[in-house]
Amino acid sequence: MANKGYEVAAGGGLWGWINARFPLDKMLKEHVTEYYAPKNVNVWYLFGALAIFVLALQLLTGIFLTMNYKPSATEAFGSVEYIMRDVEWGWLIRYLHSTGASAFFIVVYLHMFRGLMYGSYRAPRELLWIFGMVIYLALMAEAFMGYLLPWGNMSYWGAQVIVSLFGTIPVIGDFLSEWIKGDYFISDITLNRFFALHVVALPLLLVFLVVAHILALHEVGSNNPDGVEIKKHKDARGIPLDGMPFHPYCTVEDVMAVAVFLLLFCGVVFFAPTFGGLFLESPNFDVANPMQTPPHIAPVWYFTPFYAMLRAVPSFLGTQVWGVLVMFGAILLLFFLPWLDRSPVNSIRYKGWISKLALTLFAISFVVLAYCGMKPPSGIFPLLARIFTGVYFAFFLLMPWYSRIDRVKPVPDRIVINAH
Amino acid sequence: MLTDKLRSLMVVGFLVALPVLASASEGESFPHPGNDVRNTASLQRGARNFINYCSGCHSAQYVRYNRVAADLGISDADLKANLMFASDKPADTIRSALKADDARTWFGNAPPDLSLIARSRGTDYLYAFLRGFYVDPSRPTGMNNVVLKGTAMPHVLFDLQGLQQAVYAPAEPGVAPVIQKLELTTKGSLTPEQYDDFVRDTVNFLDYIGEPVQVVRRDLGVWVTLFLLVFASFAYMLKREYFRDIH
Repeated sequence: MANKGYEVAAGGGLWGWINARFPLDKMLKEHVTEYYAPKNVNVWYLFGALAIFVLALQLLTGIFLTMNYKPSATEAFGSVEYIMRDVEWGWLIRYLHSTGASAFFIVVYLHMFRGLMYGSYRAPRELLWIFGMVIYLALMAEAFMGYLLPWGNMSYWGAQVIVSLFGTIPVIGDFLSEWIKGDYFISDITLNRFFALHVVALPLLLVFLVVAHILALHEVGSNNPDGVEIKKHKDARGIPLDGMPFHPYCTVEDVMAVAVFLLLFCGVVFFAPTFGGLFLESPNFDVANPMQTPPHIAPVWYFTPFYAMLRAVPSFLGTQVWGVLVMFGAILLLFFLPWLDRSPVNSIRYKGWISKLALTLFAISFVVLAYCGMKPPSGIFPLLARIFTGVYFAFFLLMPWYSRIDRVKPVPDRIVINAH
Repeated sequence: MLTDKLRSLMVVGFLVALPVLASASEGESFPHPGNDVRNTASLQRGARNFINYCSGCHSAQYVRYNRVAADLGISDADLKANLMFASDKPADTIRSALKADDARTWFGNAPPDLSLIARSRGTDYLYAFLRGFYVDPSRPTGMNNVVLKGTAMPHVLFDLQGLQQAVYAPAEPGVAPVIQKLELTTKGSLTPEQYDDFVRDTVNFLDYIGEPVQVVRRDLGVWVTLFLLVFASFAYMLKREYFRDIH
């Protein structure tokens, strides 16, 4: 055989046979056994792996849900109850999936906050950050479409409210919202297309983007809490002095992270699957009813910071499009973070008090806005929402200024290892 | 640094706890019925109450007779003799004979399906609702409800509870009269305590049919948690072993 030589070079046997035909060994080395992660990564660096774990969980449970779910306005709600009552272990699969949706956002928000803290978006990781942001957008679309599928009353009215946001866009708004719905109102047609997007198009896109995100990460290397490049100091073999191979070190750490995550996650799945009406909202146990709005429509918790911003902006010049612009602007600004941050240092550890204060205020504003978005817009909440919408935007818009004037601490040449 | 880790943990803890704090202060609050879905005798009484008093008008279209019988330890013979009036197939779901269109003509409203009523309204609400009927001659049924004003539902349990009259707070000019409390003026066949127990059993049954698997779910959750504790400790030890090399 002509390629016998390659096979021997690749180690012979089945392993050699495969590697003469497919770069399995090369890929494993590049991405797993010889990918070097900084030795000083901390607990904040576990949420990326957890996000992949939750993605896998959602794909797997989603497949089994799809086997029993019926995407039809007359049957969808009943088929979910069929899964909950008659399908073997259907209740567990459904709770894993519904809790998984919220868990996905929890780990992704913590993962993103890690990026904010340690400057993981800064050069040369701009594209890595942008891929991550596109994943976040796709995830929001995925969650939104998925939320319609149980065809509960909150599914219905939540979708109605969100789609009608597009209707506020001047000139094309009405056309756009009809085009999204495929009808004049949320209907069987809408349910079918959301189903198609939720189970085929968006998961494909998500998986593709996650691969791109990881490829970009492995090209530039992981950031770390000190925000210094470990690639600057390599030993004679070209291995970063401050690096450890992803396998086995990061993998054993990730296994531990998954175990701890599952403890919390299963706590919710088995003991509080509705999580006090936040993961599964009580109006969603009523079938969709176009004639009856729930007493108080609010999106699921992970959208509420943006929903609060939407409601915080008053209508102006006879249109409510401003709130919509602010809401989308709040997400869009995150894309520009790599160019808004002008600090000479990456990590919050070496930034000055202004940056620390700004990041703290930003985190508080996100949490307060999330809370405001859950509440009816009365009492103190509209005022709070306005103030913290301002704080949220100030964090980004003033960053080019405060990140430059802020006094920074000297950055060490190499990472600082804490005593474990 | 330890403080760094502590701070991270606190942030995570806060973010996790936030939704719980948010939900704690929502909506009207009613007294808890104190029902227990592990109390099979109470569930059996609740099933009896439901079939006798509710299922004439309300369906529970996702609930199968034989599932109820299996979960509640009711024999096939007892099931057919005492609980199945609308069907003779144990695998059927509980369907009321009342047609929705007729109900709309007669009551102005179709009675909601009760399969998930405990999940959509909550057991506190149901317990308060079933104890909240009072005489109101202005209503077509002669009865109103403090929990759901202007309810179309007649007080089907009045012969058990008796009749309650609303006692209003001293009227203030320009303000709609406010109900202060309900007073039992005509005795029913049950004492107020017995009636509360009757409603508690019924609500208990509604709680159970809302999620028939809930007891299994919680029991399994204990084992899953125990397994994960063991798994997590081994994962931790493995991690520690490997990280001895990292300096």
